[in-house]
Amino acid sequence: MERIPVLRMGSLLLITIQVDMHDKLALQLQDDVTERISDWGSTGVLIDISSLEIVDSFIGRMLANIAGMSRVLGAETVVVGMQPAVAITLVELGMSLAGVRTALSVEAGMELLYGNAITGSENERTEA
Amino acid sequence: MNDLAEIISQNEDRLRTEWIRTMSSAVERADLISKAELDEQCNSILKALADGVKTSGPENLSGAGWSGARELLSSISASRARRGFSPGDVAMFVLSLKQPLFVLVREKMSKNPDAMFETIWSVTQLLDRLALITTDASIATREEMIMRQQQELMELSTPVVKLWDGILALPIIGTLDSARTQVVMESLLQAVVATNSRYAIIDITGVPTVDTLVAQHLLKTITAARLMGAECIISGVRPQIAQTIVHLGINLEDVITKAKLSDAFALALQRSGRAVVRTAAAAANPLGGFFSKREE
Repeated sequence: MERIPVLRMGSLLLITIQVDMHDKLALQLQDDVTERISDWGSTGVLIDISSLEIVDSFIGRMLANIAGMSRVLGAETVVVGMQPAVAITLVELGMSLAGVRTALSVEAGMELLYGNAITGSENERTEA
Repeated sequence: MNDLAEIISQNEDRLRTEWIRTMSSAVERADLISKAELDEQCNSILKALADGVKTSGPENLSGAGWSGARELLSSISASRARRGFSPGDVAMFVLSLKQPLFVLVREKMSKNPDAMFETIWSVTQLLDRLALITTDASIATREEMIMRQQQELMELSTPVVKLWDGILALPIIGTLDSARTQVVMESLLQAVVATNSRYAIIDITGVPTVDTLVAQHLLKTITAARLMGAECIISGVRPQIAQTIVHLGINLEDVITKAKLSDAFALALQRSGRAVVRTAAAAANPLGGFFSKREE
């Protein structure tokens, strides 16, 4: 069965979406991501959509869903590499993905998440 | 009606001289068109006119025989409109042929008043319609010019400039309507990708008024940039505009706004972990060394 790979990079998960999304694939991806976060204790999820040329409200909702699920499991989601046309389409659709963080590239996204992880642990330390 | 064609083709030279004389008393635009060019245009129009009357008759302007004359007139009117002739001037160019032609017709047909009247009537109708063609063509040319200028204005007024590594500025000049928002958004997002910038400063100093619609357009642009991973800062908010925003109840709380572009730039530098420092050399020589030393 067709499946979107979820790669482990240290404490992060990397998901690269390169194919057209449909219902089954999205549900499978949600299953996979939530499983992996709880299995590996990941603290961040990077979703790379730089090769997506076309989006619709379905994909927008899926991204928001994954971000919401990850947050519940204690991982922060960063959507990276969105194309200009995709961003314009999402705005026109009225989807601002309010709860989702974004970055220009996978690298910038990792910086964002690791930066958070570092400050997060520091905070914990001072609290402790 | 072939009498008319004959009259025209037999007296071409005389008609042309008379025509140019009438024309110059009506609309003298020697500054816009040269004598030789005018001569040549009149010649070719007279030829096309005789041709048209001969093959399709003076009534049937949409006939095949007139296609040459129609095209010729359209192209002449278009070129005149581009040079700055008003549509009235261009119409006068054709209408001033009436008098010379009437004089000729009267001379040739003085023995038969009925036929003369008929001919003069058809000449009037013919020239009126030809004048309408020229007016249409020159107005179409002007509209085309206006469209092109609008397009150019739009492109000119939405430059995206790079202030620093990873910091873009987008000075918006003029009112932000839907069409311009589209252009602004596209050019900003493309520049964000091309320069890999994390901060974009939208400067609205040149925006005369900010109403709910403009604010909505701004927010759209900011959201789109955020979706791509770039943070936007609005700068150049004038006191009046700040008051309007509050009075209208526009929610800009999720957006960072600054009064001046320099404030926004300073914030972007600070957020990207940079600082502008004044060096000793710069202090000694204030003109020489501002920005000369990059702090990285």
